[in-house]
Parts: sequence; C-alpha cells; structure tokens
Amino acid sequence: MNILVAVKRAIDYNVKARPKSDGSGVDLANVKMSMNPFDEIAVEEAIRLQEAGTAEEIIAVSVGPKQCQETLRTAMAMGADRGIHVETDDEVQPLAVAKILQAIVAKEQPGLVILGKQAIDDDSNQTGQMLAALLGWPQGTFACDVDIEGEGIKVNREIDGGTQSVALTLPAVVTTDLRLNEPRYVKLPNIMKAKKKQLDKYSPQELDVDVTPRLKLIKVEEPPVRAGGVKVADVDELVDKLRNEAKVI
Amino acid sequence: MAVLVLAEHNNVALNPATLNAVAAALEVSESVDVLVAGSGCAAAAEAAAKIAGVGKVLVADAPHYANALPENAAPLIVKLASDYGHFMAAATTNGKNVMPRAAALMDVAQISDIIAVESETTFKRPIYAGNIIATVESQDEKKVITVRTTGFDPVASDGGSATIENIEGEVDAGLSEFVGEDLTKSDRPELAAASIIVSGGRGVGSSENFAIIEELADKLGAAVGASRAAVDAGYVPNDYQVGQTGKVVAPELYIAIGISGAIQHLAGMKDSKVIVAINKDEEAPIFGVADYGLVGDLFKEVPNMVAALDK
Repeated sequence: MNILVAVKRAIDYNVKARPKSDGSGVDLANVKMSMNPFDEIAVEEAIRLQEAGTAEEIIAVSVGPKQCQETLRTAMAMGADRGIHVETDDEVQPLAVAKILQAIVAKEQPGLVILGKQAIDDDSNQTGQMLAALLGWPQGTFACDVDIEGEGIKVNREIDGGTQSVALTLPAVVTTDLRLNEPRYVKLPNIMKAKKKQLDKYSPQELDVDVTPRLKLIKVEEPPVRAGGVKVADVDELVDKLRNEAKVI
Repeated sequence: MAVLVLAEHNNVALNPATLNAVAAALEVSESVDVLVAGSGCAAAAEAAAKIAGVGKVLVADAPHYANALPENAAPLIVKLASDYGHFMAAATTNGKNVMPRAAALMDVAQISDIIAVESETTFKRPIYAGNIIATVESQDEKKVITVRTTGFDPVASDGGSATIENIEGEVDAGLSEFVGEDLTKSDRPELAAASIIVSGGRGVGSSENFAIIEELADKLGAAVGASRAAVDAGYVPNDYQVGQTGKVVAPELYIAIGISGAIQHLAGMKDSKVIVAINKDEEAPIFGVADYGLVGDLFKEVPNMVAALDK
C-alpha cells in the first residue's frame, strides 16, 4: 500500500500575522514560512507506517507557488520517497485543493491519504473531509492513533470530551491531531539526499481542476485589541479584585 | 431561503452548542429548521422542538445514524439540499467532521467558524489563530457554515413549539463503524459551557502537579483547561486543550497558570471577559492580555489563592 501525504507551506507557527494596511489581505512579505505543523505529523505517521512494514511508498504532495518545493524537500528529508508539486500562484481554497488531491489519487492509487487536520493560516479544517467526500472514502479525522488491521483501519479520534474509536474500510483518508506522534528532526545528510529525490510537477489545468475561489475575501482587519491590565501584589489583592472590582467570583 | 441546522446530541439530550448555531441561523433567516439524525433519538428531537425560533424539526432515526458518522450524516444533509439555502452546525469536533464532507458532496465551499453574520452571503471569521478577522462573501448558491459558539449568544432552550417530522434517511454507506468512545469522566463543568476556567501550562511541570490546578478549579466550581504545551508534554488529555487547535472558550473568568501565552493559546481564550495570569516570568506575553497579573511561583501562589478564597 502506498501513502499520499499532503503538505502545506504556511506561516511559521511562531509568527504573528498582520493585515496589510489597506485591509486587502494578510501581509506575508518577508514572513518566515514553514511546513504546517499538523502536516509534519502526517508525514511522520506515514514514515512510521512504512517503518512498521505496512506502507510501501510515501508520496508527498503540495499545492501552491514555487516555494512549496522547499516544503516538499523537507517532507522528503523526513523520509517521503518522492514529491509532487501542483504549481499555481493563484489562491487555492480547500475545495479546490481537495479536487487537486482527488486527481493525484486517481494517478497514484494510494491506499491511504494522510493530511493535517487544519492549516494554521486559514484555520479552515476542511480539506481532508472534502477529499474523502469526493473520493467516496471514509474519513478518520483528528486522529490520535491509527492501526491498520487487515483490510481496514482503526482510527482513534480526538473529540470534544474525550476520544472516539472508528473502524474504516480502506482506502481511507486520515487527518492528524496533535497527539498522534512527535515528528522527527531532519538530519543534515537526509536534507542532501532529499535534493536528489524525484519531484514531479503539474499545473491545476493539467489535472483539469478549476481553482476559482468560491469565497471572495472582502477585507481583513485586526480583532479589537485587549487593553492591558494591572499587576497585583499578592493573592489577597487578586481575590479582592476578582470579588469586588470584576465581580466574577 | 430557509436554514437547516444540524443538531448535536447524544440521542437523549441536545448539546447546548446547538443553541448557538440556531442563534447564528436566525440572523440569516427567520425560517430555521433543525435536523436530528440519530438512533432512538426521540428525546433529542423533542428537546430540539422546544428551542426558541425553530420552525420544524426533521428526524432521521436509524441505527446507522447513532454516532454521527460523517459517511452517513453528510449524504443525509445533501438529500435535503433542495429545500434549504444554508446548512449550519456548531463548530464542535462533530460539526467540523460532518459539514465539510456535506459541502464537498454539494460542490460548495464551507465557511468555517463564523463569528458574525453580515448578510445572507457575507460572514466574518477568524484566521491566523484569531490574529486576523476576515470578511468573506460566498459565491456559491448553497452555503455550508460552521459556527463558533463564542460568537453568538445561545437562543433559549425552551419556549419554542416546532413541529416534528420524521424523514426517510439514506442507506448505511458501509464505509465506517463506530467502535467505542472514551469520555473524560468529571464532575466539573464542561470547558465549552463553564463560566470559570482554570488552565495550566508547561509551568505546571507534571501530570501529578496538575492536582494544584484542579484544587483551585474545584474551589471556584470551574472547568480545567490546559495549553497545547501541557498537552504536548502529556500532563493532561487533548480534550483539555484551549487554543487555535483545541477549544475556543470565552468564560466570565479565565485563570491562566504557568502559561506563557503563545499565539496559539491566546487564540482560544482572549475573548474571555476577565483574564487572570499567574506566571513567574514577568515578561510572559500572557500578561499582555491579562486584566490581573500576578508574578510569582505558581506552586506557592495557587495554594495561597485557594486559602485566600476561604477567607
């Protein structure tokens, strides 16, 4: 069984995003970009399944501008066997990404697709679910544990209030949550090796996918700023303020 | 056109998040129906019929709807597509699981986690961990939307008298099976509904030390939360997590203990009415959003606070 892993180039998780001064979009000029953290967990999980002998080839795919190739090289340095870059400078929203991934699945015929549950830029949390819908496959979202068992896969999922376990038929789509694993650090020799790995390129047009955005961005703005508060000297003052000033206890 | 709200329930009782979703739906249209898909879910359907402002409750009662499996729930929503212009659900783990699948089946975008309704087609939603609020306009004929519960005050859970209509579901997709669930058992209030939350971070240091946080929480009748760092370190389960990738909360009082205030944590709690921070590092970013900050060692200050509350 081969595994397809989707990786997104997103703002680094340590960077605070700001709107452009005219409110037309997010200012990403000279901002540090990295692989979306949940996608690192997806790559790691695929590698672990390969190391356990469950998976054969791991194919990483990324959709977006030229620089996505860096993200793909990172995935390959972690251990993905080859990469596919669907290159476009247009904005690609989750439904369009799902359609592109559907087209790649048709070419590569993986038994499992693993994606991050959410990208930390648009915070949509949609692509995996949409891909599963388009393929008619089951979905194991927000996974904290996966177990391939014969013809199926058991996924333990993070849900409000605890965890839920579901048994899915294969092929399937899995999206990763935080506790699924801890991604490995990339070693320097592997970065060198990754440069030699195969990287194929497509355009959305070649895959026959219309990426026209379905949501039009009207404007962006900063949320209301919270006024800074006061420091208290000790717990007695704190409890007094909470009781008599804020009146919340 | 009318709005269909997907009810969140456990077949017996409604999850209160449904009331926030209905509130958002009523800002879109006067005509709001609720879909209750479940198994032996008559009690949940009756509760839904009492929600203020709901016109009709559609009930699909079949064994394969028991656990809200998206492979079965999404096609059911699609089956009802012709009667509605908007499909909404609370942005709970369940809503997030089911709604994008339904959206893709209808070939429309989903608008995730809305915090305001500007018009029938235009909505506000937080992006980049809530550091940016985007106003987006849907170009699709049908709108699939998840609702951030903290953005809308809930409608009343009683006073309504909706008609209940049983509908024929689709067959079991046969792709997935519910195996079981492991729900955290606690006498404390739920994070999403609590009026006071006490959260611990990396500074708490261990799973055992979380007892300090719990003691303060119990003294205040509060829910217990945690930062991603504390979850990452294995101190507490993931469902305690408050933040961009966990739960978004807005209680009356949020007490952050040993939490530095990373962007991703602030995303989940900065709309709380009153924020208290206790941290030994006076430069910690959490003090930038706290109404009351106490610089000190949590292992000393938190027990002191418990004692002070007794005075």
